[in-house]
Amino acid sequence: MIEAKAYQEYVKQSAPKTKMMSTLLKAFLTGGIICCTGQAVADIIKVIIPDMSKENIGAFVSITLVFLSALLTGIGVYDRIGRFGGAGSLIPITGFANAVVAPAMEYNREGVVFGICSKMFVIAGPVIVFGVVAGVIAGIIGLFI
Amino acid sequence: MEIFLTYLKVFAVGGVLCLLGQILINKTDITPARILVLFLLLGAVLEVTGAFKFIEEFAKAGITVPITGFGGTLARGAMKGAEEEGILGGVLGGLRAVSGGLTAAIFFGFLFALIFKAKTKPN
Amino acid sequence: MKQTFVFDKAPYVAGAYSIVGPKEGLGPLGKYFSLVLEDDLWGEKTFEKCEIKMHREAIKGALDSAGMNQHDLDAVIGADLLNQIVAASFAARDIDAVFLGMYGACSSFGESLAIAAFLLSGGFMKTVSCSTSSHFSGAERQYRFPLEYGNQRTPTSQWTVTGAGATLLTSVAPEGEGVKVKLTAATLGKVIDLGIDDESNMGAAMAPAAADTLIKHFSELERSPSYYDAIYTGDLGKYGTEILRYLTAREGYNLPTCYSDCGAIIYGYEQKALQGGSGAGCSSSVFNGYLTSRLKNKEIKRLLLCPTGALLSKDTPLQGATIPGVAHAVVFEAED
Repeated sequence: MIEAKAYQEYVKQSAPKTKMMSTLLKAFLTGGIICCTGQAVADIIKVIIPDMSKENIGAFVSITLVFLSALLTGIGVYDRIGRFGGAGSLIPITGFANAVVAPAMEYNREGVVFGICSKMFVIAGPVIVFGVVAGVIAGIIGLFI
Repeated sequence: MEIFLTYLKVFAVGGVLCLLGQILINKTDITPARILVLFLLLGAVLEVTGAFKFIEEFAKAGITVPITGFGGTLARGAMKGAEEEGILGGVLGGLRAVSGGLTAAIFFGFLFALIFKAKTKPN
Repeated sequence: MKQTFVFDKAPYVAGAYSIVGPKEGLGPLGKYFSLVLEDDLWGEKTFEKCEIKMHREAIKGALDSAGMNQHDLDAVIGADLLNQIVAASFAARDIDAVFLGMYGACSSFGESLAIAAFLLSGGFMKTVSCSTSSHFSGAERQYRFPLEYGNQRTPTSQWTVTGAGATLLTSVAPEGEGVKVKLTAATLGKVIDLGIDDESNMGAAMAPAAADTLIKHFSELERSPSYYDAIYTGDLGKYGTEILRYLTAREGYNLPTCYSDCGAIIYGYEQKALQGGSGAGCSSSVFNGYLTSRLKNKEIKRLLLCPTGALLSKDTPLQGATIPGVAHAVVFEAED
């Protein structure tokens, strides 16, 4: 039988590869469209409520996009967008929402407490943990500048 | 015309960030959760170093809608809190700044998980 | 150490039944399956319960097709991919026969057939059913991502077959006219690990085990691959079959054009299953649907079936472990 090292090299050489150009283009388009949607939400709310603070506009945009993504996940559309867009629909905040909603939905058959609630963070949990830790570090840095 | 240019910049910067993420997916075996964490930390670092607000002025939603915006807002909230209220503000400020998105994700996640059921994929 | 065993009193295939999900039913082999489900829940509340039902109904269907009922059965040998093989064991609680649970991942169908052949040929039992199942949606949530999560699949990945298949083996020839199919020999496989650590490239993880088992089979029986009208591996997928051809050719065994893979043929190209089907139900549904009917009408007289399995849990890749493979081969021969 072939040596393990030689075999791994053979597999590395011969395995079918991801189509680089088309996946990059799709990620670029999907990401661009989602960001523009966010910009549109911000521009519209600025017209409706002209004196909303910049922070609150940001929060409003996040909440709107998260809601849209959660709804699209619920009706079974976001996974199709993700399949097309790859990182384009993963990296925007909608991807974070998808990562929260998808496992929660998946495990609703195991009940509300141990299904929905405890599985909700299996993918997105690290993002929240790293976010909180990074926030505290930034706060400490903020004390000194 | 100006609005067209704004959206072009939003599209380009947001698209390029996602394109970088796609290169990571294609070229390495990093899992999606790690990529999210990486971009979140990138946003926080950009904020702490002061670069974030320049990019934001230029690209607007192009940098704030990707998860980099989540990290940037967290870091900004924490730094602002520390500046105004000291150590306690530094601890409270981060999550306070992103509480909207986070609450929405958890609330809608819970709600829709009660309403909808996961369906199989046709392909 | 000998790995190949030829049975003096070769058991007969008395019944076969296959159940598949809608996607498999739309594939090129759709018309061969005994039952194609309209949806992948089959009236059950969860995917796991659906798989249990498919598994149970496949066993009952195989008994029906042989004109027997469960009281004629001596043992149920079953396997699946759910944690603690609950599909097979929960299916068996409704059947009045002893239960032997197997686990060799997707190679389990070959393992089950081989064990059954030992029991029957040794004269210990008269009627044994061998069944395996898998379920796409159940496997996704257990091994990969939630169904509604927007991830991309890599080009080397495969699609877990929603399917169950059961074969009924008997020590005496089934009554009636027609072609009789016998299980004449089995080659048991060793666990082989050549250091593949990519969970989305199971074909590469399993191909060395398939090559090892097949080469042992050919050399111990002094047979050339051309002895067979058809050679089928379980679920190496399209790329995995390429690797297997390469690995066996290196050792001087060129696989003939009649070599194929159950996973590689179960879906059409337009069904976007990438490298093809996988799962414990892949080889069993294809064998009990497609291959048995070809044996029965003598399009195939000698079949070498080699289900392949990748051995891992959800945790082992996280701990940096590589993915070993295992494969067991069984020989079916049709005679008048």
